[in-house]
Amino acid sequence: MNNNIALECRGITKTFGHVVANKNVNLSVKRGEILSILGENGSGKTTLMNMISGIYFPDQGSIFVNGTEVSIRSPKDAFNLKIGMIHQHFKLVDVFDATENIVLGLSGKKFNIKKAKKEIQETCDKYGFEIDLSKKIYDMSVSEKQTVEIVKVLYRGADILILDEPTAVLTPQEIQKLFAVLRRMRDDGKAIIIITHKLHEVLELSDRVSVLRKGEYIGTVNTAESTEQSLTEMMVGEKISLDIDRPEPHDTKDRLVVKGLDCFNADGVKVLDDISFVAKSGEILGIAGIAGSGQRELLEAIAGLQKLSGGEIVYNDPKTEKAENLRNKTPIEIKNLGVRLSFVPEDRLGMGLVGNMGIADNMMLRSYKRGKSMFLERKEPKKLANKIIDDLKVVTPDANTPVRRLSGGNVQKVLVGREIAASPTVLMAAYPVRGLDINSSYTIYNLLTEQKEKGVAVIFVGEDLDVLLDLCDRILVLSDGRVTGIVDGRTAKKEEIGLLMTKSKEGK
Amino acid sequence: MLSFLVSAIRLGMTFLLGSTGETITEKAGHLNLGTPGVMCVGAACGCFVEDLYLSQTGLYADPVIAVLLPVAAAFIGSAVMGLLFSFMTVTLKVNQNVTGLALTTFGVGVSDYIISQTGLAFQRGSKFFNASFSFAEDLGWFGELFLSHGFLIYLAIFIALLTTFVFNKTKIGLHLRAVGENPATADAAGINVSAYRYAATCIGCGISGLGGLCFIMNYLNGNWEYCIDAIGWLAIALVIFTVWKPSIAILGSIVFGGLYIANTYITGFTIQDNELFKMLPYIVTIIVLLFTSIRDSKKNQPPQSLGITYFREER
Ligand SMILES: Nc1ncnc2c1ncn2[C@@H]1O[C@H](COP(=O)(O)OP(=O)(O)O)[C@@H](O)[C@H]1O
Ligand SMILES: [Mg+2]
Repeated sequence: MNNNIALECRGITKTFGHVVANKNVNLSVKRGEILSILGENGSGKTTLMNMISGIYFPDQGSIFVNGTEVSIRSPKDAFNLKIGMIHQHFKLVDVFDATENIVLGLSGKKFNIKKAKKEIQETCDKYGFEIDLSKKIYDMSVSEKQTVEIVKVLYRGADILILDEPTAVLTPQEIQKLFAVLRRMRDDGKAIIIITHKLHEVLELSDRVSVLRKGEYIGTVNTAESTEQSLTEMMVGEKISLDIDRPEPHDTKDRLVVKGLDCFNADGVKVLDDISFVAKSGEILGIAGIAGSGQRELLEAIAGLQKLSGGEIVYNDPKTEKAENLRNKTPIEIKNLGVRLSFVPEDRLGMGLVGNMGIADNMMLRSYKRGKSMFLERKEPKKLANKIIDDLKVVTPDANTPVRRLSGGNVQKVLVGREIAASPTVLMAAYPVRGLDINSSYTIYNLLTEQKEKGVAVIFVGEDLDVLLDLCDRILVLSDGRVTGIVDGRTAKKEEIGLLMTKSKEGK
Repeated sequence: MLSFLVSAIRLGMTFLLGSTGETITEKAGHLNLGTPGVMCVGAACGCFVEDLYLSQTGLYADPVIAVLLPVAAAFIGSAVMGLLFSFMTVTLKVNQNVTGLALTTFGVGVSDYIISQTGLAFQRGSKFFNASFSFAEDLGWFGELFLSHGFLIYLAIFIALLTTFVFNKTKIGLHLRAVGENPATADAAGINVSAYRYAATCIGCGISGLGGLCFIMNYLNGNWEYCIDAIGWLAIALVIFTVWKPSIAILGSIVFGGLYIANTYITGFTIQDNELFKMLPYIVTIIVLLFTSIRDSKKNQPPQSLGITYFREER
C-alpha cells in the first residue's frame, strides 16, 4: 500500500431515512496534495465530509488514516486524528471573539487566552493571514469568518484539511488569497480536500479530482488531464453544452428609470451615491461590482425596503401605461406592481424560506393572500412546488420534505423558482447561482433568459464576470456605491469591467 | 426604612439564588421553566431534613451541621429535578418548555407531599440559618444592613460572583457559553454538548433549590408558606431583567425584593394597590426585554440556542 496516503475511505454508505446520501463511496487523498470533490448539489459531498470529521457516522464502509483503520465517532475523534474541517455553514459562536472561537474545545493545555493569542498570531504569520484576533465574529465579514475557521483548524494542528465550498461567498481577490494559503499548506505536506462548484477553480488549484453523482462514486482523474467539458460530463453523466444562449433584445421599453438615488446605512455611511440607470423590458441588465459596493442596497431600494435620502425610481406600468414613483409606495404595493426581488444572501440559509416547512408550504407563504376562501388552498402551491421541482431538478424526496433537510444548492433553487413563478414584470436576482453546481447554474441562466424573452426587465447581480459577459445585454458597474460605468455586454472586455469595479471615488 | 432594606436583601437573595441557578442552566441552552417547582422541592427537602436532624439531636444540635445538612439536602433534591429535566430534554429530546412546565407542577406536588410529613414550623432551624456575626450589633446601621445576615445570604452573593468569574474567565465557562450559543459549533469543536447540558442543569437547579430554602429559613424565619413557586417565576424574570449576568443580579435581586415587599412598608395602600406593587417586577422585566431587543445590542441577548434541543445529525 502506498504509505503516502493520508486518508482513505472505502465503500462508505450513509442514508437518512430513505434518502441515500452516499452509496459505496471510495476516496483517497495523499499528503502534499489538493484533492477536489465535484458533484451536483445534493450529490452527497457534504455528507461524506461530515463522516470524515465525525459529525455523522457511516452506515457501512471504513475509513483509514495513515494506513490504519479508524472509527470516527465524534468531532473530537477527528481532531485527535488531525482532521480539520471548515464547514459550508460556518461553525463559529457569534458573540465570541476570534481567539475564543479558536481555542474553543481545546483540552489539555492550561487555559490562558493571552498565551493562546500569541501562538495563534504565530500561526497566522506563518501562513500569511491578516486577522484581528480580538474582533467579535458578528462584526466580521464572511471572508474574515472563514479565515478564523481556517486558523482554528491549523492552530489545532490538523494535517488533513477539508474545506466545504469555501469560495462560494468570497470575492475574486479573497479567493486568490485563499488559494495562495492552500498552496502553501500543500507544500507544507498537508492533505487538502476542497469542494467547489467553480470548474476553473478546480482546474487551477487541485492535483486530482474525485466526482460524485447522486451519492455514488464515479471516479477520480488527474486535473492535468481534464477539461471543464470532461469534468462536467463526469458530473452530470451526459454531454451538456456550456454556452449561454443570448438572443438579441427586441421591443425594449424603459421599464424602470432610476435617477440620482442616495442612501445612507444605519451607521450614517453613504452606501448609494447618485445612482442613475434605466432597466428595459426584454433585456438583462447585469450589475457587477466587488461584494458590498451597494448591490444589496440598490435592489432593496427598488423593492421599497431601504429608506432613501434622495432620488426617484420611476416605474412604467405596462398594464396602465402610467408612470409611478416607487419611492412613495410600500413594499407590498411595489410587489403587486410586479417588481420582484430574489436575494440570495451570503449565508444562504435564512433567506425567506421557513426551514421546517416543505417546498409546497413555502410556496404558500408567498401566495396565500390570493386564496379565496378562509381555509388554506393547498392544491395550487403544491402544483407550483412540483413544477419547480421538475423544472429546476430539485433533489428532494417530495414536496413536503422540510427545506432545511435539502442540500444548500437545492434550497436556493426553490427560492429563485418561487420568485420567477410569480410572473413578474421586473425580476431582480441577486447571486441566484451562489453555490449552485454548473448544471443548476445554467438552468437558472436559461430561466432568466426565458423571462427576458417574455418581456420582463431582468436585473441580475452576479459575481462571475465571465457569466455576466455571456448572459447580460448591458452591464452596470458599481464601485463604492457609485455607478462607474454602464457597458455593452456583447463588446465589453473583462479587464475593462475589472478596472471600473475598482475605480475609486477620486476617479483614479 | 432599615428593616425594609434588610428584608429586601433577604428576599432578594432568594431571588438571586433562584436566578443564578437558572442563568447557569440557560447559558447551556436549557430554558428551564421548571425552576419554580425546583425551588419548592429545594425548600421542602431542606426543611424536611432540618426537621429530622433537630428531632434526632434534641437540644444538642450542632449549629454548623444544622445549616449545612439541610443545605446539602436542598441542593441534592433540586439537582435530581435538574437530572430529570436533562434526561427528558437531552436524552429523550422532549420539548424544553413542555418539560419545564410539567416539572413545575410536579415539583409543587412533591414539595407539598414532603412538607406534609413535617409540622410546617421550622423556627428553631431558622435560628441557625439566621445566625450571624456577633459583632454586627455594635456597628449600628452598617452592621444591621450588611453583617446581620445568615450564611445562605452570603453564600448567594458568593455563588453569583463565582458564577460570573467562571463564565468569563475560565475554559469551562467559555465552553458552557458556546454550548448555549451554538451547540453544533461546540460539538464540532470537540465539546461534549450533552455532558455540559446535564452538568449545568443539575448544578443550576441545585443552586435554585437553595433559593427556596433561603426563602423559608432566612426570609420567613421558618414559617412554611405555599407560595414558593411565585418566587420561582420572579427568579426567571430576574434572569431576563439582569440580561443573563449574575453580577448585575446581585443588585437587581434586591430591587426585585424591595418592589415585592414595598406595599407592607409604605402605609396607606389598599389590597388592590398591594397587588399592583407585586406586579412591578414583571413590568420592569418586560421593559428591560423591550429595551434590549430594540437596541439590538449583540452583547445583551439571550443565548442564541436557548430552548432548542440539539441533535447532531439533524440540520
Ligand atoms: N441531516 C440530514 N437529514 C436528512 N437528509 C439529509 C441530511 N443531510 C443531507 N441530507 C440529504 O442527503 C443528500 C446529500 O446532501 P449533501 O451531502 O448536503 O449534498 P451536497 O453537499 O453534495 O450538495 C441530499 O439529498 C440531502 O437532502
Ligand atoms: Mg454541500
